[in-house]
Amino acid sequence: MDGATTAPDVIEGEASASVERPLQRVPLVLHRRNFSWITERIAGAVEGPGPRWWWVTFAITSMVAMFGLFCLGYQISTGVGTWGLNHPVGWAWDITNFVFWIGIGHAGTLISAILFLLRQKWRTSINRSAEAMTLFAVICAAIFPGVHVGRVWMAWFLAPLPNNYGIWPNFRSPLLWDVFAVSTYFSVSVLFWYTGLIPDLATLRDRATTKIKKLLYGIFAVGWRGSNRNWRHYEMAYLLLAGLSTPLVLSVHSVVSFDFATSIIPTWHTTIFPPYFVAGAIFGGFAMVLTLLIPARAIYKLQDIITPQHIDKMAKVILLTGSIVSYAYAMEFFVAWYSGNQYEKYAFFNRIFGPYWWYWWVGMLFCNALSPQFFWFKRFRQNIYVVYFVCMCVNAGMWFERFIIIVGGLHRDFLPSSWGMFYPTWVDIWTFIGTLGIFLSLFLMFIRYLPMIAMSEVKIVLPEANPHHASPEEHHVVAAGGKERT
Amino acid sequence: MGAEFPSASALYEAAKRVRDAGFKKWDVHSPFPIHGMDAAMGLGKSWLSAAVLGGGITGLLTAVTLEFGPSWFIYPLVVHGKPVDWRTVPAFFPIMFELTVLFAAFTAFFAMLIMNGLPRWYHPVFNWRRFSRATNDGFFLIIEARDPRFTELEARELLEQSGGEHVTVIHED
Repeated sequence: MDGATTAPDVIEGEASASVERPLQRVPLVLHRRNFSWITERIAGAVEGPGPRWWWVTFAITSMVAMFGLFCLGYQISTGVGTWGLNHPVGWAWDITNFVFWIGIGHAGTLISAILFLLRQKWRTSINRSAEAMTLFAVICAAIFPGVHVGRVWMAWFLAPLPNNYGIWPNFRSPLLWDVFAVSTYFSVSVLFWYTGLIPDLATLRDRATTKIKKLLYGIFAVGWRGSNRNWRHYEMAYLLLAGLSTPLVLSVHSVVSFDFATSIIPTWHTTIFPPYFVAGAIFGGFAMVLTLLIPARAIYKLQDIITPQHIDKMAKVILLTGSIVSYAYAMEFFVAWYSGNQYEKYAFFNRIFGPYWWYWWVGMLFCNALSPQFFWFKRFRQNIYVVYFVCMCVNAGMWFERFIIIVGGLHRDFLPSSWGMFYPTWVDIWTFIGTLGIFLSLFLMFIRYLPMIAMSEVKIVLPEANPHHASPEEHHVVAAGGKERT
Repeated sequence: MGAEFPSASALYEAAKRVRDAGFKKWDVHSPFPIHGMDAAMGLGKSWLSAAVLGGGITGLLTAVTLEFGPSWFIYPLVVHGKPVDWRTVPAFFPIMFELTVLFAAFTAFFAMLIMNGLPRWYHPVFNWRRFSRATNDGFFLIIEARDPRFTELEARELLEQSGGEHVTVIHED
């Protein structure tokens, strides 16, 4: 992918690095920033006192999170009846929220693992925060299936242990696969994220000014010294973790989709679900990455590291996955008609013209299928406001999509006598808003205490990092930004 | 004995010279992995992948035991009247896959730490004040006195000839 920088003529032309090349690529870090500028800018964001906007935002999000936790406590102590669940709609906002959050996580793993294997160097600017987003989203997701079982103290039934009658869980059940998939996904994501953090924690340790910071960052940096004998094993571990995460991320949402696809409900019982869910997860996740990073890059002045080129590429991924999702939507309708199954046909008719019609028209059609089509045009991909608008549409649209699949499928199935409707209660609504608060609070704490961009990885994409790079002196010219530390 | 180098390429060239001089107990330190440095230091491919393969196989076998044991022998569970025989084995694959990945990932992480001798919160190089730049923008080459070929004079000459700056003797404590 980076042919321009590795082409043999560049290496031959070592003597004159400034020679004009016909196919010059836009650099991934703008304004020829040097290593210490990167350290200073990224670590500096963590080191100063907390800015006022941070405290204000954190106060709001943590209050919302606390209210969400209160709703969970109320629901647990009173019973699942505080939610609007009923017969026939036994899964509604709870599972919608679960699928919504777990899907958001997928973009982080895609960026950190799949783009790493594909040698997409632009990932280095965004992978750390995307991985953090993954972890926080999975934490939010894990709340819902745990709580919706009703008697949470029985949640250990999910574990592969025999119950008091000596009966083991059914290992052939997709719901049990889900337990394994999500817990593996979370564990592996934590390992991958922490492995990537070790060199950067060492940077913070070496820059720490107070004893307590030095101690804490020092403990978590495990004594990293940037030794090449260590980098050798580290890079192999990182590569293998990426290689393991790649099939894992594809499997997790496939398994989530099996929860639906292996049942017999019309609109659920389809073979298209695994790829459709995975594409939708990446689609929604990239939108959330941009939702978080566009403000962060403006506030912390990271425009030279998260450049318009990065946003452009992420917009293209949104366009691609959005189009795959739209194709899947169309295919569902085609198969419903082509199958000749009257229940399936009715379910899709009901999706567009039934009581939940506007969820489909606004959520699926406008937000998910149409709004990303703006990104065919470079002018819109370069316009931060258009990008942000589309991302917000996608965030909302992906929630609606899951709601339509779950509630839309359940509320009118085979027997008209058992048809019903779902109406959320205030507990439903505030539990979901509460998880938004948990997610944002965790993310705010992350950007406050940990480097939000992988410093050691961004440094690799600088031209000076190449051992065959010609003139090492030139980066001293722009060294003014970094304060000398000896 | 340590020396600082002005850039990744200078460190790369110096590493090749130290390797060719026949030193064994030495290392380079940089804020990021330098492409090709393993070869420049005369190191082969990391064998961490072998450990991870072992971890993955362990995970797979764990899943096989965990699923077949209870579902076939301890308490065969008939759900939806479906049979308990080889035709239902594919339903066990997702958990086999997940546990393979889980065990392999934990092995990758802990094998990386163990093979690197980490966590190690004290190391003599931390006594060198300049060394704190190794995680920022500094490039260092350290030859240990334990190396059989090490003499202070020869090491200093080699480091200075290959472009090292601030050549310093670092003490244990």
